[in-house]
Amino acid sequence: MVSRDSSLLWLMPALPLLGAAINLFFGKRLGRYAGWLASATVIAAFAVSLGLMSQLLAKPVEDRLFLEHLFSWIDVGRFQVGMDLRLDDLSMTMVLVVTGVGALIHVYAIGYMAGDPRYGRFFAYMNLFVFFMLMLVLGANYLVLYLGWEGVGLCSYLLIGFWSDVPANAEAAKKAFITTRIGDTLMLVGLALIVFRFGTLDFEAIFGSAGGVLTKGAATVIALLLFAGAIGKSAQVPLHVWLPDAMAGPTPVSALIHAATMVTAGVYLVVRSHVLFEVSGVALTVVLVVGLVTAIFAATCAIAQQDIKRVLAYSTISQLGFMFMAAGMRAYAVAMFFLVAHAFYKALMFLGAGSVIHGMHDVQDLREMGGLRRVMPITFVTFLVGALAQAGVPPLAGFFAKDAVLEVAQHTNRDAVYLLGSVAAFLSAFYLGRLLFLTFFSETRSDRARSAHESPPVMWVPLAILAFGVVTAGWLNITPEGRLAGFLESITGVAPQGIGLGALPLAGIAVVLSLTALVVTWWIYGSGRVDWRTFRERLEPFPRAALEGWYVDRAYDTVIVQPAKAGSWIVAYVVDARIIDGLVEGIGAGVRRLADRGRLVQTGFVRSYALAVFLGAVAILVYVGVRL
Amino acid sequence: MRTPVAYYLLLSGILFMLGTVGVLTRKNALLIFMSVELQLNAVNLSLVAFSRLHDDLTGQVLAFFSMVVAAAEVVVGLAIIVAIYRRRRSVDVDDVRELRW
Repeated sequence: MVSRDSSLLWLMPALPLLGAAINLFFGKRLGRYAGWLASATVIAAFAVSLGLMSQLLAKPVEDRLFLEHLFSWIDVGRFQVGMDLRLDDLSMTMVLVVTGVGALIHVYAIGYMAGDPRYGRFFAYMNLFVFFMLMLVLGANYLVLYLGWEGVGLCSYLLIGFWSDVPANAEAAKKAFITTRIGDTLMLVGLALIVFRFGTLDFEAIFGSAGGVLTKGAATVIALLLFAGAIGKSAQVPLHVWLPDAMAGPTPVSALIHAATMVTAGVYLVVRSHVLFEVSGVALTVVLVVGLVTAIFAATCAIAQQDIKRVLAYSTISQLGFMFMAAGMRAYAVAMFFLVAHAFYKALMFLGAGSVIHGMHDVQDLREMGGLRRVMPITFVTFLVGALAQAGVPPLAGFFAKDAVLEVAQHTNRDAVYLLGSVAAFLSAFYLGRLLFLTFFSETRSDRARSAHESPPVMWVPLAILAFGVVTAGWLNITPEGRLAGFLESITGVAPQGIGLGALPLAGIAVVLSLTALVVTWWIYGSGRVDWRTFRERLEPFPRAALEGWYVDRAYDTVIVQPAKAGSWIVAYVVDARIIDGLVEGIGAGVRRLADRGRLVQTGFVRSYALAVFLGAVAILVYVGVRL
Repeated sequence: MRTPVAYYLLLSGILFMLGTVGVLTRKNALLIFMSVELQLNAVNLSLVAFSRLHDDLTGQVLAFFSMVVAAAEVVVGLAIIVAIYRRRRSVDVDDVRELRW
């Protein structure tokens, strides 16, 4: 089963791991070379993955698979788990995104993080993240996947809280970790159920026998538990609350972890496990509904955000919703295509936002920006490409991706999904237009904006490369049955086809919607004819509520956090301090009090002792006498 | 003619009761001590009486042992009483109750 020519599989995760180890121990001594070292390991991993891709593509379609058994991990009775790596079309796609986009972000971070006192440590965490992410997508069984899954969660925590001297950042890191942990725990239960049912965690064995082993109900339970993990990791409703706060981390982190790779792990998990979801059927509907709700919900929040990164965070949540919509409609290849396209343009926008923040000397508030296109032309052009891509302007990648999702909805007669999806798409064009015009157009609104400067080449070169990718990535998949879909078919099965409007009219409608949104936002935010501040105030309380994420955080605080705190207080200070401690200490005190009475017998008067001895002797004598 | 053993035992019992009452009612350590000796000797007397009754010397031997032990006990006991007296200028047993709790 193990292919001979696959001996380089382990090298991809090993390189970043080595980089992480070196930077962790010698990062301080490496000084500014730490960043170059970290970038070099990821670039090398990217080169290895390119080499593997050429090997993979050289194989016949039905045989496109590399398996590598590194060592036996768990060996208990009949239950065995190996440290197995698996490279097929699906993991290949993910690996290319992780290493490719990851490498660009690493290079960018060299510039962005320059001068940070914990420079080496930052790159150690980044490399460690790439290692875990590669383990996640390369794992040939659920345990290796779960190892990566938890590992990226850890790195996410470490990097969100990287500037932990600000308490809010540490809080955000904890929030991200704990919120995703809810999903992870459910997912772990799902994995336990898989072991219980299948006796193995190996993908090949599970997916080969799922139809026969699982009843519909069991499949639904397992699939939904796995999906719970995906909801946490991919920040879907109702566990989306951590991602906007996760923007507390350095911007390259937001680009790498919270836009391009880690948050898409949930999509990867669903696509990878789609056999289980298909056996269930119901689970797919749940995926679709969660994705749809998230897409619209997050889009409404994004419109009102004042922080450039929070706009992008909510936009990421919304876009992930689109990916889950596609997966929920069995269009797994479309979901993966969306994932790739999104990785490009969202990483691009985050890095662009980082460039803006860098140029503005750490200002993130949209209200203080404006007119930046004149001082930061390269950032402006690349950001524009990313924003237009997501807004759905052809021929950029985002247009094809979003269009493919809506097309699948239309073709499978899900009119409600199509309509609501179009609304979400319109909203996403709207908030991106707002972001664009508030940041780069109109008048400069602060001194910081006037004194802003363009970022150094080490930062804008990755931007340019990503922008190039965004322009060209669309050609990967011009139609749902396009090239990437064909590449993925051996894993995902053929995307559903059906009746409905032709592709061209659909695309036309989508483009008109996007352009309308952009024109409207130009009218409000860019033209100077509308005072958008008073406009916003007139709409109160809606902007306020959307800014606060429709008060979901506050609701969780009231419904879950405060009762949990109250419950803990009761357990700590009533149950433990009063009841349990009371019992233990009560026994001691009781014995003591009894002894206080008992010791009064000891009077210390010799004669009373003597009397006792005498009476005792008499008693014994009487007893003996009676016995006789 | 032999004196009946009952007389001995009666005398022994009276002496023992005198001793017991002395132990229980006296406060002076020396007097209590003397009363204890009286009890011991009462028992010795009955031991010797039984020895004669049974024509068995074991009882007399035991009485000797008892006297030797009593002598040793007197030495230790008086030493303690003297030590207490030196320290407290009193041999009243009701005063010596520090060791109770």
